[in-house]
Amino acid sequence: MSGTPSSDAAATGGTATGTTLVKRGLAEMLKGGVIMDVVTPEHARIAEDAGAVSVMALERVPSDIRAHGGVSRMSDPEMIQSIMAAVSIPVMAKTRIGHFAEAQILQALGVDYVDESEVLTPADEVHHIDKWAFTVPFVCGATNLGEALRRISEGACMIRSKGEAGTGNIVEAVRHLRSIVGDMRRIAAAGDEAELFEWAKQLQAPLPLVQEIADTGWLPVPLFCAGGIATPADASLVMQLGAEAAFVGSGIFKSSNPPKMASAIVEAVTHYRDPEILAKISSGLGEAMAGLETADLTTKMAERGW
Amino acid sequence: MKPRVGVLALQGGFAAHAAILQRLGVRVDEIRTAEQLAAVDALVMPGGESTTMSMLLERSGLLEPLAERLDGGMGVLGTCAGMILLAAEVVDGRADQHSLGLVDITVRRNAYGTQIESFEADIAVYGFETPFHAVFIRAPAVERVGPGVEVLARHEGRPVLCRFGRATVAAFHPELSGDGRLHARFLDDL
Repeated sequence: MSGTPSSDAAATGGTATGTTLVKRGLAEMLKGGVIMDVVTPEHARIAEDAGAVSVMALERVPSDIRAHGGVSRMSDPEMIQSIMAAVSIPVMAKTRIGHFAEAQILQALGVDYVDESEVLTPADEVHHIDKWAFTVPFVCGATNLGEALRRISEGACMIRSKGEAGTGNIVEAVRHLRSIVGDMRRIAAAGDEAELFEWAKQLQAPLPLVQEIADTGWLPVPLFCAGGIATPADASLVMQLGAEAAFVGSGIFKSSNPPKMASAIVEAVTHYRDPEILAKISSGLGEAMAGLETADLTTKMAERGW
Repeated sequence: MKPRVGVLALQGGFAAHAAILQRLGVRVDEIRTAEQLAAVDALVMPGGESTTMSMLLERSGLLEPLAERLDGGMGVLGTCAGMILLAAEVVDGRADQHSLGLVDITVRRNAYGTQIESFEADIAVYGFETPFHAVFIRAPAVERVGPGVEVLARHEGRPVLCRFGRATVAAFHPELSGDGRLHARFLDDL
């Protein structure tokens, strides 16, 4: 695989942990599932009861981070551990962009995935974390294909659209998915190598990764959607646009009936191509979270990351 | 005639299984409903979260039709979460987790720990001349093997690949390492 560091060579033969295959493998197993933001062990249990494939442990859901303001950091390790103890499904946690010390702490806690996330306040305005240096796998957000490939070249094993977290407005996630998937389709249709050189230049992305997309038609890691999913229909929309799983943040615990909304979104991700099933599971869910118009935002989280 | 193989696509690593099976030249259907299940001759139950799949099996109306097909002797390959769902007994599962109880083994969920303990290793598989590269992701462990269950591979003494009648179950992910031999054997046995 391109961009794979030499440490992976040790994997062939004996038993090896933290290899690219093992890290990307967990992302593969989360496909077709819903990863839910939770702030307490009770939330985590509700998420697991509803069929979440994983939970993201954080102190405040993104809509509250917006409302609260100030610097947003990695969650209290005690809180993360209490959530790990409450559920049997994988637990993820967020680190600030570039804050490798927070990531080291999260790895020491034994979380299953680290999200280097624009939802928290960035710690470094130039560099992202060297994710190859870790045993724990990383997911990173992207608004376009160039950003996705830069994150993969830094070692990310899963890419998610950024969307605009905490808004309950799907428009930004749709823009990001259409951009990423559309560019992959155009690269796969490129006429010759010279066009791939130009793509790499335009995307500010490593050429080998662009060549890999030309060969396979897809990223070398799974592409999930995050940011603004508030209903089963939103989940179906992003899956039909090419997302392979969904992160749901404020959309569940800011709705009027979180357990019901959670299980409906889980079913919607499975049956995303079946409108009759979707009609059934979308009925009688109560109020979805109140949404925000993205044009009115003072902080655009999606613009964080370089 | 070549068998028509379904891959349970409620959640998890179904796409990688489908890709390997297609490479081996069989028609592959993604299975999310009872109608889709009725149309296939054999089934692959992929890895993923067994708790999620268990709930989705029930809510999608697949649990009973699947149990009936399995009782009727349909060939099945279960990997990781698929193995958990097919096992007679599950330790450290959720109390409300469904078990199809087809294979007389006891499995422990997440027996190796969290993701940082996940690993890959070469294992010797009965009948294969060269080692098989196996990927273990938050893998379950087989703690008891009942009478009539064949152990086809072990890792550090623990059974990781078992066969019972028409069912083959693996604690690892044969769909992730690009080696199609286990899938080919599964198809040959149908």
